[in-house]
Amino acid sequence: MIPAAFEYTRPATLDDAIAAVGAGGKVIAGGQSILPLLKLRVAAADRLIDIGRIKELNGYRPRPDGSLEIGALTTYAELQAATPWSTVADAIDEIGDVQVRNRGTIGGSIAHADPGSDFPAIALAFDGTAVLRGPNGEREVPLDGFFEGPFTTGIGPDEILVAIRRPAVAADAAFAYRKLAQPASGYSIVGVAALVAMSGGKVSHARVALTGVGEVAYRAKGVEEALLGSDGGDAAIAAAAAHATDGVTVNADIHADAAYRAAMAIVYTKRAIEGALGR
Amino acid sequence: MTTDILGSSVKRTEDPKFITGKGRYLDDIKLTGMVHMSILRSPYAHANIRSIDTTAAKAMPGVLAVIVGADIPYNPLPMAWPAGGASGLQNNVNTPRVLATDDVKWTGEGVAAVIAETPEQAVDALDVIAVDWEPLPTVVDSEKATQPGAPQLHENAPNNIVFDWTVGDKAGTDAAIDNAEVVVRQRIVNQRLIPNPMEVRGDIGWYNPGTEEYTVWMSSQTPHIQRLLLTAFVTGIPEHKVRVIAPDVGGAFGTKIFCYADMALVMFASKLVGGRPVKWVETRRENYQSTIHGRDHITYLEIAGKKDGEITGLRVKTYANLGGRLSTIGPGIPTTLYGRVLAGPYKFPNVHCEVIGVYTNTTFVDAYRGAGRPEATYVVERAMDLFADEIGMDHAAIRRKNFLPNDAFPYDNPSGLGTAVNGEKVYIDSGNYEPALDKALTIVDYYLLDEKRAEARKRGKYLGVGLSTYIEICGVAPSKWIGAVGEGWGAAMWESANLKVHLTGKIILTMGTQPQGQGHETTYAQIISSELGVPMEDIIVQHSDTQGTPFGYGSYGSRTSSVGSTAAIKAAGKVREKAKRYAAHMLEASVEDIEVDGANYRVKGSPDKVKTIQEIAFAIDLGFSLPDGMEPYLDETAYHDTPNTTWPFGTHIAIVEIDEETGHVDLVRYVAVDDVGNKINPMIVDGQLHGGIAQGVGQALWEGAIYSDDGQLQSGSMMDYAMPRAAWFPNLELDETVTPSPVNPIGVKGVGEAGAIASTAAVSNAVIDALSPLGIKHLDMPYTAQTVWRAIQGAKGGAAGAADHTNGSNGKGGQA
Amino acid sequence: MTEHVTLTVNGQRREAEVEPRRLLVQLIREDFELTGTHVGCDTSQCGACTVHVDGKAIKSCAMLAVQADGSTITTIEGMAPEEGYHPLQQAFWEKHGLQCGFCTPGMIMVAADLLARNANPSDDEIRHALEGNFCRCTGYQNIVAAIREAARTMQAGATAPTPASSQA
Repeated sequence: MIPAAFEYTRPATLDDAIAAVGAGGKVIAGGQSILPLLKLRVAAADRLIDIGRIKELNGYRPRPDGSLEIGALTTYAELQAATPWSTVADAIDEIGDVQVRNRGTIGGSIAHADPGSDFPAIALAFDGTAVLRGPNGEREVPLDGFFEGPFTTGIGPDEILVAIRRPAVAADAAFAYRKLAQPASGYSIVGVAALVAMSGGKVSHARVALTGVGEVAYRAKGVEEALLGSDGGDAAIAAAAAHATDGVTVNADIHADAAYRAAMAIVYTKRAIEGALGR
Repeated sequence: MTTDILGSSVKRTEDPKFITGKGRYLDDIKLTGMVHMSILRSPYAHANIRSIDTTAAKAMPGVLAVIVGADIPYNPLPMAWPAGGASGLQNNVNTPRVLATDDVKWTGEGVAAVIAETPEQAVDALDVIAVDWEPLPTVVDSEKATQPGAPQLHENAPNNIVFDWTVGDKAGTDAAIDNAEVVVRQRIVNQRLIPNPMEVRGDIGWYNPGTEEYTVWMSSQTPHIQRLLLTAFVTGIPEHKVRVIAPDVGGAFGTKIFCYADMALVMFASKLVGGRPVKWVETRRENYQSTIHGRDHITYLEIAGKKDGEITGLRVKTYANLGGRLSTIGPGIPTTLYGRVLAGPYKFPNVHCEVIGVYTNTTFVDAYRGAGRPEATYVVERAMDLFADEIGMDHAAIRRKNFLPNDAFPYDNPSGLGTAVNGEKVYIDSGNYEPALDKALTIVDYYLLDEKRAEARKRGKYLGVGLSTYIEICGVAPSKWIGAVGEGWGAAMWESANLKVHLTGKIILTMGTQPQGQGHETTYAQIISSELGVPMEDIIVQHSDTQGTPFGYGSYGSRTSSVGSTAAIKAAGKVREKAKRYAAHMLEASVEDIEVDGANYRVKGSPDKVKTIQEIAFAIDLGFSLPDGMEPYLDETAYHDTPNTTWPFGTHIAIVEIDEETGHVDLVRYVAVDDVGNKINPMIVDGQLHGGIAQGVGQALWEGAIYSDDGQLQSGSMMDYAMPRAAWFPNLELDETVTPSPVNPIGVKGVGEAGAIASTAAVSNAVIDALSPLGIKHLDMPYTAQTVWRAIQGAKGGAAGAADHTNGSNGKGGQA
Repeated sequence: MTEHVTLTVNGQRREAEVEPRRLLVQLIREDFELTGTHVGCDTSQCGACTVHVDGKAIKSCAMLAVQADGSTITTIEGMAPEEGYHPLQQAFWEKHGLQCGFCTPGMIMVAADLLARNANPSDDEIRHALEGNFCRCTGYQNIVAAIREAARTMQAGATAPTPASSQA
């Protein structure tokens, strides 16, 4: 219940925060992931760098080209209120609980890279990118490939995640998120985000991302490829969903062994695609 | 004006403080000079302690003392309820020490304690205590622990057996099974649960060097018992030198009945630091490791009967996991409170039960809401469905066929009530089982459910209906019976009440019972208001302090409404009699001519000659004009030892839908028709049922303590132990029948546990019923999506499925 | 090493010196002695510690006191008006929405957040809003009933000239 002692700094500006990160320490924003770990003393920090007051890390910024930038400090609740996508709002509604959504940030979710966290899959389905700022300026990296392992990302030791971006969404694309929650923690045993468009009776765009299944959230490219160009019918969806865990070492824990998780990855992939297609 | 208050749903008098944040729980107490304690717990499930080095910890900032087991001259904790009766092996009691000295038997056993100025300093110092451990082999499964070659926990308990207890007629039951037309056998597991009251446990110990007296605040269901146990059995401190106070208790469900090491530790620690109060509050993770767990039975059942559904015998062998050492009444739960009620509401002619109590490298197991009776109900209600399925009989019909008839009461059942030692018996006091069954069946349109099953199949769901026609034993018990069945000095079962009517007519009722959310302050006040005709707002109910009453046994086992209320009614009766005598004195009439109407005491035939109880109390309490022989003050104490137990019953029906693809179970409807006798406050009764049902459903669907083979508690926090959430329940539909208990003057039976006792079996039976089209006859709880999915896959012949889902996984299934 | 924090708690300015590791719930309970906010777990699951920070329900065991510096906090002790009770408090009392009372402050605080967002929630929406709050006594049934009742009384009591304003 009581964390081990740590130092604390709350830089006023992003530049100060980047300098602080360079000097060593863990970044805290909403704290919904890191604080429980510190309290159980399964994680420790010499210094916490609180970026929670840096205003430029806030904001939901749609851009004229249809793309979108969301500040890293945007809370789940703020994103839920801002997004015009009711299906995205519904997906966020399955993350944590009211209190966590009021405090937890999307940047924190991406940077923490918990293997059972929902938002990474949602962001992957929208071809999200991470905007990273370091002493040498800003770089933007695709989230596909960004998650390197459990709790490990491509954020450099002197960098801060400042925003998530996504490109313009394919015309007529629709989104759905389907989740099998671990009943105690609420994290995903399997969470599947699907962004699918039909054009001329064929699937013209398909992005399917899974979380909870492997050591990181990932795009199921075998599913996407099988779906793309198909008629989006039941048989096509089932055939595509069968690729949900291709090339993935499936997690096992006391809540779901690998066989069950793998089977559910397929079921929930199917359901997410069906959902995106309005079925 | 007030006679109707008994039986009405008045709002609770205790609520204003709770809704405004003014409740006062253990951790809310701050005393002058108070310091804080933290306990170092074993990371191993089984290990010898070679040495403990506390040097570094003692040098940490703010640290006042570091304590290890060898520092403490106290005895191990007491064990107050040996299995008794026909059990052997009673000389192998092993209970925890205040801190472990030589070895630990489960992960979480306390080995050292730090006292420091702040909670932070106490916790920080734990990190630098160095223990040299010698890890030992572990066993966590009760059946495996009894087998040859299993790791041995205690020298005095060969094969880890605590007791081998039997009850019932062995010869008769064996013959019934040998000669039966049909026998069904099944191994069933009643999994271990973590009780999870929302408030964890904690204590504050304060030693006053000036008086050599101790005060201990504890989150407890049993402050009087704890004072007795801590003084007479653990510390040797004289009983009159200790006062125990339980502040507001944030839920308990059995966990706070018992004597725990920390209670003695805060007493020792406060004296050690010169009389500064020492506070200890467990974390939730500690609660999961070092406060008792519940259930954990492995049972082999055999049910025998005729092809027409008449049951002729039930034979049960149960391995009861009691943990690494025994908790206060651990052995009493799977014996007296389980084996003796295994006949349920049925007229089984033959029942035999053998229970093997077992030590394992796990947290100790003791009473958790229902305590033995949920386990018994689960066995018998599953057995009824298994038997019905074997002969192709409807699940309601088989129950109806075997119900005890209405003229059977009082009834001593064949599973042990009537076979208690020393000739002491209790009886099933009353019952009328069919109306509750019929009502529940009607509410759910039981005979029309096949359409719903078919409709669900079209949606890829399996719909199942589960019945649980339970009985339970409440208001335990005549003290002489409890003594006879083995429960010794720790807990007789009478109760006390003290009633004072003060000069201003305001009333204080002080009880030996101890609420944990049940609304005692309201329901006792309703009783006194009804008895004496005074308004509720003029009555206050006190409890929870050993200075308040001579003694009281606290609240557990749904005993308060039957036993406690009767004590209160007796005290009110004594008050009324004295008031009557004084009214006669005031009104210059004979006592026989005084009639009492609520608060008014008047002379028969002279309606204007009347005194109110307030006027009478004023005069008696002043004592200016007392009749000869009357003592001043309207203050009466009563004790009540119940003549018998009470037996709520009812029918619960659960309807579930199972997602064929995922195995997810959705509880779609829950109907409960309970007969708890008369009700003091129906609103509170319903609340108790709601909560009990939710806990029982939790066991069936989500909850389970999981240990790894090396004794690590894998479901070690709320991140991994699935507490039931609001969104997982439908609206619970309650109804009633009312068969007043003849045992007490108001005809109540007790309701704290009924919901939890009934609901697990109802949901379990519904899940199995849903899966029965696949040929599945039994499945062990909890029915997590994975468990159910695997069973479905297995039944369909899928490679991923396990093979252990079918009837008779022990290889003995089917007809004899 | 400590940090100085200044907050507005239940309308009053409060200050304290805290270690950085001090949780907001400890600040509220131990420094400010507002013990109506409870601690029921150590993993941010149970919701007994729910308070409002700048108008939003959060779990005060999952926020550092230093993070709350400058914030406006409402705890259960700040919910009732001068006289009487908040409609949620009243409804929990009327509908027997509590037994042991330990989870009750957190339940009321999260329910207030819900009703601020959704003045007329369905039972399903109420149950969903309680996903971060555990109760072991009530089976949630009368908590749901109490929140439903509070929504009704708050709507009836609202004097907004445009009755449809609460409907999104």
